[in-house]
Amino acid sequence: MLESLVHVCLAGISAGMFIWLVASGLTLIFGVLRVLNFAHGSFYMLGAYFCYTCLKFLGIDFWLGIIVGPLAVCAVGYVIERWLLRQVYDLELSYQLLLTFALVLICDELVKIIWGAGSIGSPTVPGLSGSVRIAGRNFPVYNLFIMAVGPLVALGLWAFLEKSWWGRIIRAAASDREMAAAIGVRVPTLYTAVFVFGAWLSAVGGALAVPYVGLLTTGMGEGIIINAFVVVVIGGLGSLKGAFLGALFIGLLNSFGTRYIPALDMFLTFILMGVVLLWRPQGFFAGVDR
Amino acid sequence: MNRHWKYLIAALVLAVLIAIGYFSGRFVLYITMKIMILSIFAMGYNILFGRTGLLSFGHAAFYGTGAYGVALCSLHVHTHPILGILAGIVAAALLALIIGFFCVRHTEIYFAMLTLAFGMMVFSLMWNLRDITGGDDGLSGIVRGSISLGFWKISLMKDSQFYYLVLFFFALTVFLVDRMYRSPFGLVLAGIRENHVRTEFSGLGVKRYRLAAFVVSGAFAGLAGALGLLLESNVTPFSAHWSHSANPVLVSLMGGLQTFTGPIVGSVVFVLLREFIQRFTQNWMLWFGLILLAIILGFRGGIVGSTSQLLKKFAK
Repeated sequence: MLESLVHVCLAGISAGMFIWLVASGLTLIFGVLRVLNFAHGSFYMLGAYFCYTCLKFLGIDFWLGIIVGPLAVCAVGYVIERWLLRQVYDLELSYQLLLTFALVLICDELVKIIWGAGSIGSPTVPGLSGSVRIAGRNFPVYNLFIMAVGPLVALGLWAFLEKSWWGRIIRAAASDREMAAAIGVRVPTLYTAVFVFGAWLSAVGGALAVPYVGLLTTGMGEGIIINAFVVVVIGGLGSLKGAFLGALFIGLLNSFGTRYIPALDMFLTFILMGVVLLWRPQGFFAGVDR
Repeated sequence: MNRHWKYLIAALVLAVLIAIGYFSGRFVLYITMKIMILSIFAMGYNILFGRTGLLSFGHAAFYGTGAYGVALCSLHVHTHPILGILAGIVAAALLALIIGFFCVRHTEIYFAMLTLAFGMMVFSLMWNLRDITGGDDGLSGIVRGSISLGFWKISLMKDSQFYYLVLFFFALTVFLVDRMYRSPFGLVLAGIRENHVRTEFSGLGVKRYRLAAFVVSGAFAGLAGALGLLLESNVTPFSAHWSHSANPVLVSLMGGLQTFTGPIVGSVVFVLLREFIQRFTQNWMLWFGLILLAIILGFRGGIVGSTSQLLKKFAK
């Protein structure tokens, strides 16, 4: 009983870390650009597929793969922000949502055309294969690695935003775009940079997910973006701290839900999202870190 | 265009649709029914999106509810199609009332998110409640019963017979939505879209109007779902999935958001284009993504809006 409890927890936390990587980019982009990016799950998916291509066809190391793959996604993100999103900032919000939604459709289909649904087995990750015994059961080392990466990214992001010069500019642009422009911040360039950075975060999540999921499908982007939405809503749109805690919570909730009340599998997540939106639409951490 | 021309065109379209029912083969009938059902869905949706300015990502839930309503009614109660359709509409409207009650408190991004959350809640219930909804297999093999009017029975088994029922509901929807848009109620909705603060200041309960628009549009989605089920004779939870909510959005945008005929024209183009593209490639959603992109970036009036602007330019 206790062993299974521990393992359900561990599985929930490692799943939550992937959601966190997507949600962090999503919430960062929303905080600065005020755009809720439906296509963020597609970046996750693209990150995974690019990394997979690197592993399978270019024959390079996994560690190189998780650097090269997400960089390719950055290029995609750059094109999207520079030539598409920039056209609709001044329009109604629904057009922005629908534009990113169109991108979801396009990305999904392009991935289907280019790759099909790819099964990759589980590529060996040098240094992180095998498993350790925790509470009487085997647990993959790789998942432990993921559980370490998540908090590290969170810490890095926090330090970047709070302590660095760049972070200060980003925060300035997030709180008042016009004022930031008036004191000489090149806001359009900054927007592009933030969007590309957010895309990179999500793509890294996707690349890291390659050995974790074992089977790449075009549904993986949609699956994670819905969870990331829930997380971002719970944490408060634009709040990184909220996104981190929210992702942990949703990961655990999903994990416990599927284990103990499978009948209400996805239902729990959405009811939580609904309740939070109604009760505290600004989320639990909005305004705390910004 | 004055009103007489509009009536004339409406009458012409109706005549053509009746003629299609008489003379054409099964494939054309099927496609035409698909177009009409999608039109009903999109027109209902556009009451909320184009008219009131609220973007919902959860309308597939009402479509799905309508479909499951008919399916469950004909499996457990009676196969009378009118009864089933009524059950579907009522179920969808009730669900819309409950969901709408919560959703209309917010606007814009929060409204979109809330409808998404509630829509997916409905989807996950349909997915998980295997005993009632058949889980991911859905419900299949629903027969169309015949409409019995006491001594006289109208059979609907054949597509060519069912076609007229769809046509009837399509015409009814066009009529009702047209009347609604010209009624004070419809004008208030347009007012909310343009400026909800001023609408509130003129003493109108904006939330109540939003809720009413939500319920009406949910009921039409339910009607579309009910007819869709009777056409296909099966339903799966994916009809309630949020990605299915994209169809009416696409259709309305393609046709023209703030026009009456937009959703209908959009449905015609959508269904025909899909049939056409599917002959060449499996990946028709790619093309719709590109079309959607082009509309948002360049032709925000949609087909009807852009054409009428062009006509006005020529008239000058």
